[in-house]
Order: sequence, then structure tokens, then C-alpha cells
Amino acid sequence: MTVQTGNAKLLKGATGDWETVIGLEVHAQVTSRAKLFSGASTEFGGEPNTHVSLVDAAMPGMLPVINRECVAQAVRTGLALKAQINKRSTFDRKNYFYPDLPQGYQISQYKSPIVGEGEIQVDLTPDYAIRVGIERLHLEQDAGKSLHDQSPTMSFVDLNRSGVALMEIVSKPDLRSADEAKAYVGKLRTILRYIGSCDGDMEKGSLRADVNVSVRRPGEPLGTRCEIKNVNSIRFIGQAIDTEARRQIEIIEDGGTIQQETRLFDPARGETRSMRSKEEAHDYRYFPDPDLLPLELDGEWIDALAAFLPELPDAKKARLIADYGLSAYDAAVIVAERETADFFESAVNHGGAQRDAKAVANWLMGDLSAQANAQGVGVADAGLSAASLATLVDLICEGVISGKIAKDLLVMLLGPDRGADPRALVEARGLRQVTDTGAIDAAVGAVIAANPDKAEQARAKPGMLGWFVGQVMKATGGKANPQAVSDALKTRLGL
Amino acid sequence: MSVDLAAVRRIAHLARIGVSEAEIPHLQHEINAILAFVEALGEVDVEGVEPMTSVTPMRLPMRDDVVTDGEIAAKVLANAPLTEDGFFLVPKVIE
Repeated sequence: MTVQTGNAKLLKGATGDWETVIGLEVHAQVTSRAKLFSGASTEFGGEPNTHVSLVDAAMPGMLPVINRECVAQAVRTGLALKAQINKRSTFDRKNYFYPDLPQGYQISQYKSPIVGEGEIQVDLTPDYAIRVGIERLHLEQDAGKSLHDQSPTMSFVDLNRSGVALMEIVSKPDLRSADEAKAYVGKLRTILRYIGSCDGDMEKGSLRADVNVSVRRPGEPLGTRCEIKNVNSIRFIGQAIDTEARRQIEIIEDGGTIQQETRLFDPARGETRSMRSKEEAHDYRYFPDPDLLPLELDGEWIDALAAFLPELPDAKKARLIADYGLSAYDAAVIVAERETADFFESAVNHGGAQRDAKAVANWLMGDLSAQANAQGVGVADAGLSAASLATLVDLICEGVISGKIAKDLLVMLLGPDRGADPRALVEARGLRQVTDTGAIDAAVGAVIAANPDKAEQARAKPGMLGWFVGQVMKATGGKANPQAVSDALKTRLGL
Repeated sequence: MSVDLAAVRRIAHLARIGVSEAEIPHLQHEINAILAFVEALGEVDVEGVEPMTSVTPMRLPMRDDVVTDGEIAAKVLANAPLTEDGFFLVPKVIE
């Protein structure tokens, strides 16, 4: 595999080539039961202002007490990003006014974050990867939520999110195209989900990104960047980058200069626009939070967290290739979700004997994946157990059913016969494929006799054979072994 | 270190404190007096001294990840001038 930093994916402008330089600040909601500094629940979607303590509402005299698990999640994430874990970090107040920020400041980490520099390997194709540097990861509070469309004159504020722990993960400006940025966020999401520090649910806002974009002539120093705030899907991140890079190239080629500013991506209009209101808010007047002592971590505690980290995606992918002979592509698809990889391994190893891993992978990534997508769930949740997938593959390998019958069987197992034993179902429904050459030959003979004209054509044009196979399969209720049918047809037609 | 009139206006605005133009010179004088007072600390040699973060020799206390609070919407909203369906209502803010 080729691994390198930042491969130039140049954009064509009117006056020559341009390189896009991208850095991302990803806000990942920490998976925890309680909030970062209070005992209120983090559960999504409660009645307004029910998951709020007096700390989260910033009532006078309330003091923050940090949640140990949120700290552990940040450390686990740092370890998974092969990053420096800072045994001493501090909390600062980031001051700004907004109705859904009752404290008037966000508790964040400015000068001394809990996690320092790290690195992620991002696979762009099965045999090409880039390394993306991580600048830092810090812990901070989420704000509440404002609804602006409930009344013409008032905004509605719900503080349920207020104080939920976020990890802000800042990349170095190592990304050079929208595709690279999308792959980076995808990989980061996979890692977070593997270690369970963030559920990665972008629809619920658990993962969102601020995207920094600038353009330059290849080889020149970095250009002025614009920051596109709060992009909440991987697809939109890609669109926002392409749109913004194009906008900047046009301005520079027309003789203008880029103003450093905060912008918003509007997916409906396919444009980014300036958020001038945010400009002066950039003066956040950070200062150390006097309510919180420095966060000091023991080396032993960090080691214990490291010892319990699960196998990470890169290691799992390498192992699936080595142990099961999977292709790099198949392994990459299967490890993208930990549940899928576990499901794959359970199916391959079910019953103690290792079966054809490639066949299991094909069913997993093919028909089962399609059925799961149609249901809007992951393959592990589509309704087929790993044991049943193993049995289905066994039935094909044993020659009990054909691949064609197996497809029908899968639909039954996911639908009306959910939970049934595949082997029992094959017997109960008489799905066993016909391999008796006598019976198949008889069916072939009957079809040829009924279609003398076509038989004549087929002798001249062997491409017609497929039509005959189809007719015989129909006549046998799809149960004939297709290979046996084809062989019998060739003999009878003299091909 | 000292602040000029523009800095005083800016600080007031960032703090969302309404200050009339007539008050600004007086505030500038007061802020500069405070800054000068604090500046005396600059005379102390703190080379090699760890910043003191607390007057008590203790580490940051931590909480277990257990839900122990919340479900008190009525209390949370009790002082709000305006509420509806459990929400705080505030004058409309538009980005």
C-alpha cells in the first residue's frame, strides 16, 4: 500500500491549476450517561428542559464537577488516534452571548488540551492511503438548542443539550480534496464508533464539522482560509468544500483577495455565504476557569484504558486479509462498522469450523447488505443471524441449494420466515436443488421438443443457450442445478 | 498596559453592557487605574515558579457517570419571564 501525506488533487481554474487545502474541526458528542459537569441525563430527545440541572441552567452559585467517564472517553479517543495524552490539561472559559448558552461562556480547553498531536491513516482506495495529522483534541460543553420557527417574534430555547460533553478534534491542514476530507471524516467516525466514545449519528448531530478551506497555486504558501461552520453530513462536507474552493478561485482569478471569515453552507442553494454576525464574536476573551482545577491524569489509569481498547479498524482490516484471505477492498468494507466485522467473523467461524470466507463476504456485502439497506439498518440488524448466514453458505457449498435458490431463501429468512433454521426451511419448502441428471435431462428434452424452431436457432447461435436454461429453470420451479441444465442442453443440442 | 477609548467601547459591547458616551472617559480612567495596580505584580520574579491554580492542595474532584440530576423543568423555568410548552421564550434571534 502507498501511504503518503497530501496528494495534490488540483482544480482547474481559468488561469491554471489550484490546490485546495482543508483542515477540519470535528465536534463529536461524547457517549456518556450524564453531562460533562453535571448529573443530568444526556439522553436524546426528552421533553424540553427536562434533562437540565441547575448547573446546566447556570443558576447562581452552581459549580461544575467533571464526569470521569467523559475524561476517559477523551483519553480512549486520543489513544485510538495514536496521539499524545497530556497528563495535565486545563479548562478555560470561552465567552460569548447567545440565548442557548445560559452561562454566557462555554467551558472549553484552550491553551492546554487533554490530547495533543496524533495521526489517522485514511484509505482512499484499497491500495492507496494518506496520513492525516491530528493537531489536538479537547473537551468542551455543548450549548442548548434554539428554535426560531415557532413564533414570529420569539425564539424557543431548550437546554437539554446544554452541558453535554463534546470532543473537538482538530486536524492539521493535510487534506487536499473534498474526497479526502470525506474519507477522513468517515474514518474518524469509524474509529469513534469502534471505541464507543461517540455514536457518530450525524442525523442527531452527534458529529458535525467546521471546515477550513483555502486555495493556492501548487507550491505556493498557504492562502487565506474561510471557515464553514457546522456542516452536519459527510456529503455536505464534500459539497461545501468544492463550492467554497470554486468561489475562492473565482475571486482570486478576477483579481480579488479572500477575506478571512466565517461562512455557512446552504445545501439547498449549493452556496456558502458569509456569517458576518459571527465576526466580532471571535473575540472570545478566553481565561482559565476559576471553578475548575487542572485536570491531572495518572499514567496507570491511562495504561488501564489503553489495555481495554478494542481492536481498531486498521488492525482488524490487516487481520481479516491475513487470516481469511479477503481482498483489501472486501476487508475495508467489512471493517467500516465494528458490528459488521463481528458478524462476518461469527458467520465464518460458526460451529467451530471455518467456512469459505470469500463466500460469506460476498453474501454479506451483496444480497444481505442490499436487504439491510432497504430496511435502513446495518447488516447485523437485518434479521438474519450469523449462524443462519453460515448455514446458508454451507447449503450452497454442499450443493443442497443453488445460488439462485439461496437468494430466494434469504428473502424468506428476512421476511415471512424470519428466525427459521435455513436447513429446516429448505426441507419444509422442498427447495433442495435437483441434481438428478435423469430428471434434468427429461426437463431439457421437453423444453427442446416444445420449441423446435428455437432449438434450430440455438444450434447456429449458441448465445440462445441462456434462453433455454431460463425455460428449463422455470419448468423445474427454479430448483434444477443451473450448471447441470447447461451441460444437458449442450449435449442435446450438440454444442 | 492601558486601554484607549475605543477599547473601552469594545469591551463594553462584548460584555453587552450599555455605556453612554459620556461615561467612557471615566471608565477608561478607572480601568487604567486597575491595570496599573495589577501591573505591580510584574515586578515579582516568578522565574521557574509553577502557576498556582488553587489555594487548597487538592486535585480536581471527579463524578461517576451516573444520572443524579435533572427532571426539574419547573424549577429550571421558574424565574423565566416567559415560557411556553416547557421552553424558555426569548426575543427572536436570527443568524
